[in-house]
Amino acid sequence: METILETKDLRVEFKATAGAQTKKLALKGLNLKVQAGEVFGFLGPNGAGKTTTMNVLLGFVNATSGSASLFGVDVREPIARQRIGYLPELTYYYKFLTAEELLRFYAKIFGLPRAIADERIDNLMKLVELDHARKRPIKSYSKGMQQRVGLAQALINNPDLLILDEPTSGLDPLGRMKVREIIQRLKNEGKTVFFSSHELGEVETVCDRVAIINQGELKVVGRVADLVKEHEANLEQIFLNIIGYQPQLAA
Amino acid sequence: MKTIFALSGVVIKELYRRKDFYVLFVLTALITLVLGAVNFFNDDRIVRYLKEVCLLLIWVSSLVIAIGTTARQIPAERENRTIFPLLAKPVSRWQVILGKFFGCWFACGLSLVLFYVFFLLLSGTREHQWPLLQYVQTFALHWALLGIVVSLVLLGSIVFAAPSSNATISFIVVLGILFVGRHLNTVALQQPEPLNSIIYTIYFLIPHLEWFDVRDLVIYGQHLVGWGDCLLAIAYAAVYSTFVLAAAWVAFRRKALNL
Repeated sequence: METILETKDLRVEFKATAGAQTKKLALKGLNLKVQAGEVFGFLGPNGAGKTTTMNVLLGFVNATSGSASLFGVDVREPIARQRIGYLPELTYYYKFLTAEELLRFYAKIFGLPRAIADERIDNLMKLVELDHARKRPIKSYSKGMQQRVGLAQALINNPDLLILDEPTSGLDPLGRMKVREIIQRLKNEGKTVFFSSHELGEVETVCDRVAIINQGELKVVGRVADLVKEHEANLEQIFLNIIGYQPQLAA
Repeated sequence: MKTIFALSGVVIKELYRRKDFYVLFVLTALITLVLGAVNFFNDDRIVRYLKEVCLLLIWVSSLVIAIGTTARQIPAERENRTIFPLLAKPVSRWQVILGKFFGCWFACGLSLVLFYVFFLLLSGTREHQWPLLQYVQTFALHWALLGIVVSLVLLGSIVFAAPSSNATISFIVVLGILFVGRHLNTVALQQPEPLNSIIYTIYFLIPHLEWFDVRDLVIYGQHLVGWGDCLLAIAYAAVYSTFVLAAAWVAFRRKALNL
């Protein structure tokens, strides 16, 4: 099976900031492999290193040592991102553009021919149910609508790998359901999905495999069913045990 | 190139969808119109003086548009975090720099065309003279100057995090170069060593923006500058801008962008 995403001994060190004496070690030799067609959940508490890992994979931050690759290409090469779609946690788009203009802009960046771009924009606008508002500036959209534009832009190049950073955060139950449906649909199409989330129930439902990271170190990785069987606990309990959570019992 | 022009297109769209550009244009147009309508005893000197004021106004407005638009490009991308979905696409950082540069430069060119056409119409209808070639040379050199200014401000936008500080510093530097730059060699002659060498080095390092100021062609109807000289000045602007953009790319290339 083809390895789509791989990190080898990935280490990221941030410079000491004012007030902090030592450098911050955000990732301590992370080794990850995501195979083609998998839905892979990347879990961890806040500050565990999930976002740093994504930042490295997307080329925003350079690794101090080790390597990361997408489709076998070093993530520092822009071409590594030709076949990926990325949905950030919050909506970071040019708000003075309309949804259609934004999608057309990204389609141009991917070098899509006009006819294909037109067809794909039509399909995506329908998929995310924004066809009626496609000519309106994004700044006039509600948060949920902006999140759906984000999903559409992540799919504009028909990616083989979708990287989603907490895709359902801030969405209403209907929006969450829609995102889950889309992830499921992508999985059925043989696409690979790599996503971080705090919604463990959701992860349990849609993921083939999960990895739990804490303090920059990979603690556990495996199939959800195998982990549940091995630890004799559900995913939430496994997660809490790994991060060392001690419940405060009432006296 | 498609990526670079796609990025430029977004910059231009942003400019014409922002209200401040229209405010500046309408204000400049109004003042030019009022000054153009004034007629003091048909005295040529006063008419020329008013033309000089109008052109100065166009120069200031074009600098404000160039610096104001460029200064916020990269910092606003970082502040609004639009840089993240952008760089998550197959876009390299040098393409971002070039896209922003061409976007800002073309946007400046568009606003310059508007300003000059307006000024030409106003001045031509009053004086019944249409020195088109003089206008073409003045415009071309002015636009080339804005190319240098845009590249300098773009470099500043990577060094300084806040658009306001970058815009202020850039404005002071550009005005300083325009007013003082041309006299630095004379100043250097009067200084002892090593100050003499230092000032001379600065004189050769800073862009010679004064070469692009040929407003007198339009104001006094002077003979055209040689086309060869004009092309040399444009080539100088192109080379200088390329060096500054390369420096901007070096600074931006390894910059960590944390979500």
